[in-house]
Amino acid sequence: MTSPLIELAGIRKSYGTGTEVEVEVLHGIDLALHAGEFAALIGPSGSGKSTLLNLIGLLEPPTAGSYRLLGQETSALSDDAITALRGNAIGFVFQFHHLLPAFTATENVLLPRLIAAGPVTAQQREGARDLLREAGLGDRLDYLPRKLSGGQQQRVAIARSLALGSPLVLADEPTGNLDTHSADGIFALMRRFNRERGTAFLIVTHDPRLAQRCDRIIELVDGRISSDRVNEVSLVTT
Amino acid sequence: MPFEWVVALRFLREGRFQTALIVSGVAAGVAVFIFITALVNGLQANTIRRTLGTQAHIVVRPIEEIAQVQRSVPPGTASIPKIEARAQRLRSIDQWQLLEQDLARTPGVVDVSPMATGPGFAVRGDASKAVAIIGVDPVRYNRIVAIGDKLVGGEFRVQPGEAVLGRELAADLGIGVGDRVRLITTENEAVTGDTLTVTGIVDLGVRDLNRRTVYVGLRTAQSLLSLPGGVSQLDLTVTDLFDAERIAAALAATTGLTVDSWMKTNAQLLAAINAQTITTRMIRLFVVVIVVLGIASVLVVSVVQKRREIGILRAMGAPRARIRRVFLLQGAMVALSGSIIGCALAATMIVVFLKLARNADGTPLFELAISPELFVIATVGAIVCGVLAAVAPAQRAAALDPAQAIRM
Repeated sequence: MTSPLIELAGIRKSYGTGTEVEVEVLHGIDLALHAGEFAALIGPSGSGKSTLLNLIGLLEPPTAGSYRLLGQETSALSDDAITALRGNAIGFVFQFHHLLPAFTATENVLLPRLIAAGPVTAQQREGARDLLREAGLGDRLDYLPRKLSGGQQQRVAIARSLALGSPLVLADEPTGNLDTHSADGIFALMRRFNRERGTAFLIVTHDPRLAQRCDRIIELVDGRISSDRVNEVSLVTT
Repeated sequence: MPFEWVVALRFLREGRFQTALIVSGVAAGVAVFIFITALVNGLQANTIRRTLGTQAHIVVRPIEEIAQVQRSVPPGTASIPKIEARAQRLRSIDQWQLLEQDLARTPGVVDVSPMATGPGFAVRGDASKAVAIIGVDPVRYNRIVAIGDKLVGGEFRVQPGEAVLGRELAADLGIGVGDRVRLITTENEAVTGDTLTVTGIVDLGVRDLNRRTVYVGLRTAQSLLSLPGGVSQLDLTVTDLFDAERIAAALAATTGLTVDSWMKTNAQLLAAINAQTITTRMIRLFVVVIVVLGIASVLVVSVVQKRREIGILRAMGAPRARIRRVFLLQGAMVALSGSIIGCALAATMIVVFLKLARNADGTPLFELAISPELFVIATVGAIVCGVLAAVAPAQRAAALDPAQAIRM
């Protein structure tokens, strides 16, 4: 087996460290995710799902433990090195899509490239538009986010998360505020990108119906992984 | 365009109303800054020009004579001297030709002109007027005081037997160019005095001076005032007007003569000008402070409003330094666009002011230069202030924790 994309060992996370109200949210997480996996992270509210996702996304540092991303130990990296690693290795999809409202759909997809490599070429622009066409937004390429429906905005966000060809996409409740029909579409889109491009997805979701369509289901309860299993059903049905 | 520029421009465009407000604020500040500077500079230059229109920058005169106390008092006795100040007679500067050469070589001194001046009377028929007889070398004197510009009739020619009169004096005596006038002095033994032909009439800009000024040739004055070959003062101009006092003090120390600069002679005027300068500086400082605070407060609000966007940019790999630059750039952009509008506004205000503020005769009250440097200084200054104003907001934006910013 190849070395994992991410490898967490004994990860702990506390808030309010050093104060009287110190709370430990994650109590030692061991987890590995490999290239091309399509995994769901489920669990009740307050179980630490979002915190774990933020740690994996390098948006905040763990209090203790070891986290290797693409084989690289992250705990000793500087803020700028972490930022660069995050930009290259990880795409994000959030519940409230978080597109930049002043940028069109195409421009939103181009932003990661603009950050990573400076002014974009016409070719890169066309690449971004292709990605949006694949996401089913061929007729909305130059729309501002506020002119798009929630589902369409989320499609832009997914296209954006893939813009740099990152090996891993972290999705935090990507269908959380969408109707069932849109949610199904979004889910199918992620699944397709996963199959076609080999991008690994880690999806936090409340929706057991959607979790059932993932290849692997990781369940978090009270800051501990209570179960981590391969989902045989999905392998057959989706 | 690089990332920072794109994002800064979009953020400004997105917050249209705020941006418009703060750009107007900067424009108003820049306009006031430029206009008040131009106004006060014009006013002061005008005042100084008028004052120095008839004065040399530095005047060198003989030292005043003082009465000495008799010191030899017999032992055991006290002396209670009562010293009467000596009357100052008209004297020549000792060896003035040599001194003149020294003065001309002094760094900072531009021109030197000798002058023999003293009191007398201008007489025509039954009318006699007390006057100041001013004997000059016309070419050299013209370099000190642009007397040629002040002619209202005839020409400034003071050959032997010729004189130039102030306008009011000529009117009082009923004299025109080509008429004759008699000058009498107490020193002149022949009471009949010299009869001179009036070749020109000047307006010195001050009625009082016009009423008592008679210009004659240096030789004529020397003979009228019994100063054969002598001069009563040397007039100097200097390169830097406001260096006059320093040069005067240095010259007084080296020559031992009485040396007065225009700054000392017009101390009150100078004090007024200084007070004006300080007031202007304070107004400008306040304008700058207000503009900086305005830009800063708008950007602080913008940082709060854009937390999520900043967070997402950070998540997408934008390092803190680039987020910081996005906001510094916004400060600079707001300042630049504000100052372009402000410059246009200031230019308009100056033009309108020149149209409205006129003398009774329709000539401009005073010159108000639209100097390009002032506009460049104001613009560059505004941009520097804009960036400085953005430092604190930019710091806050850069310090945002991406995880928290996104969760908001």
